[in-house]
Amino acid sequence: MTDLTIDLGFIKLKNPVIAASGTFGYGLEFAPFFDLSKLGAFVVKGLYFSPRPGNPPPRLVEAPSGLINAIGLPGVGVRRFAEEILPQLRKIKTSIIVNVCGENDEEYASVVEFLDKEEGISAYELNISCPNVEKDGLCPALDSEATFSVVSLVKKTSSRPVITKLSPNVTDIVEIALSAQEAGTDALSLVNTLLALSVDVEERKPVLGNIFGGLSGPAIKPISLRMVYQVVRRVKIPVIGMGGISSGRDALEYLITGAKAVEIGTANFIDPEASIKIIEELKDYCEENGIERIEDVIGTIKR
Amino acid sequence: MIKDPQARIIGKKSWKDYYLFSLESPRIASQAHPGQFVMVRITSHSYPLLRRPFSIHFKDERNIEIFFKITGSGTGILSQKKSGDTLDILGPLGKGFHAGETLRGKDVVAVGGGRGIAPLYFLAHELRSHGAAVKIFYGGKSHEDLPLKAKFEENGFELFCSTDDGSFGFKGLISDYLQTDLQTFTPARIFACGPEPMMEKIAEISQSGDIPTEFSLESVMGCGFGACWGCVKRIRKNNDEGWVKICEEGPVFSGEDIIWTEVEK
Repeated sequence: MTDLTIDLGFIKLKNPVIAASGTFGYGLEFAPFFDLSKLGAFVVKGLYFSPRPGNPPPRLVEAPSGLINAIGLPGVGVRRFAEEILPQLRKIKTSIIVNVCGENDEEYASVVEFLDKEEGISAYELNISCPNVEKDGLCPALDSEATFSVVSLVKKTSSRPVITKLSPNVTDIVEIALSAQEAGTDALSLVNTLLALSVDVEERKPVLGNIFGGLSGPAIKPISLRMVYQVVRRVKIPVIGMGGISSGRDALEYLITGAKAVEIGTANFIDPEASIKIIEELKDYCEENGIERIEDVIGTIKR
Repeated sequence: MIKDPQARIIGKKSWKDYYLFSLESPRIASQAHPGQFVMVRITSHSYPLLRRPFSIHFKDERNIEIFFKITGSGTGILSQKKSGDTLDILGPLGKGFHAGETLRGKDVVAVGGGRGIAPLYFLAHELRSHGAAVKIFYGGKSHEDLPLKAKFEENGFELFCSTDDGSFGFKGLISDYLQTDLQTFTPARIFACGPEPMMEKIAEISQSGDIPTEFSLESVMGCGFGACWGCVKRIRKNNDEGWVKICEEGPVFSGEDIIWTEVEK
């Protein structure tokens, strides 16, 4: 019997598989397909303080082995989340992580301040890296000072652990990671989507309503994996890896590289049971290879 | 909503770029209503990545049918599947047409443009089973874009065809043909599916004649079950308007709720 549990220091997960924000709705959308309590954790869709409409369509376009999205973080806001959704999530026996958004540092803090009064949340994931809400993909995660500023304010406000989600759209992700660590984040998750463009040749215009979008899916896996490799060597806090994971072997690449857990994103759309399949495949791998604890796999990459 | 990873293709017909697949999927068939759709996984590999949405063209006790045209790489690869192959499908998804008892004894019209005819065959059967008298308007660019003509006729549906080039039936748009017919006839409801300009024109016609109308909308979809928020359309709801997920609250919407053209802000 393999031990799949992971200790992130601030929460213990029953396995290293976390459903990623923006691809898992508020969780309940997946309840018809499987028992959500089997997940290591799930991260609900990004929440601003107030409800938001999101971007004009088209919001999605496929790319080779990838998906470009410009959804623009539509959502119900914190009040409706706390009143209508969270009570249903509390019944699920796994860790619920809330993805926190803001137009400025104060909004991030106000979301956290509001949700801190609500039970049933294990941690916050700070979405400082969405490329679809400001012009040209601007977001705090592109700058180490902006990252430090928002993370330290949220850490001051929050009574719960904070995971900071980083952007790949930077020259040196290690610099941003170190800045978030210095500001006190409890963990890092990387990476968010890659800023991307798709052009309609007939119409000679961008396909997406927002012009740019964020690329996710199998196409980005080698890039995000490289960034996890760079970051785990330089930080002391746990790193959660994500980008293009759709099988147990993909997840193992991240764990071997040094990620303590993984988030499953785009794969949830293609196979709503993808996360469960990945947990099974991790278990099978460990059993076939005589590995008693999945934690023994983490960071075992050879030079 | 059911995931059926092994829906077997038990029948396949094709007409140039148009395809009709029969899929054995008893659990999905037993729950399906006209206007609902299925998400079909094209390949187990990563290209094309996303499932593709197809409305349910018809069902019997054990099987469902999908009807599609090759419009890109996904439908191109799908068209190459053979009888006996299995497909991974999710369904039935979304909310369908209102085709119930309230239409008994009433005249109704179903308008399909091109591949938009797909959900209307199932709908026509349902309407007839509830005692409604159904007229089908079926339009295409050319004669070869009306591959289901014979199927409707053989099943005894009253059919009115148009082609843009005049190679068969009324020469011109199907919405113009409908407008001509409505000068002497007022149906209790109009159902429509097809290109957006066609549906927008029908919305104008039906609003001026005060005829309730239901449209089945189309969009690129990431998941088909409400998780990605990718397939939105501008919809009026409770005296407000907003971006509404087609997969979850549609794909069928009442004509008066759809905002066809978004004004630039």
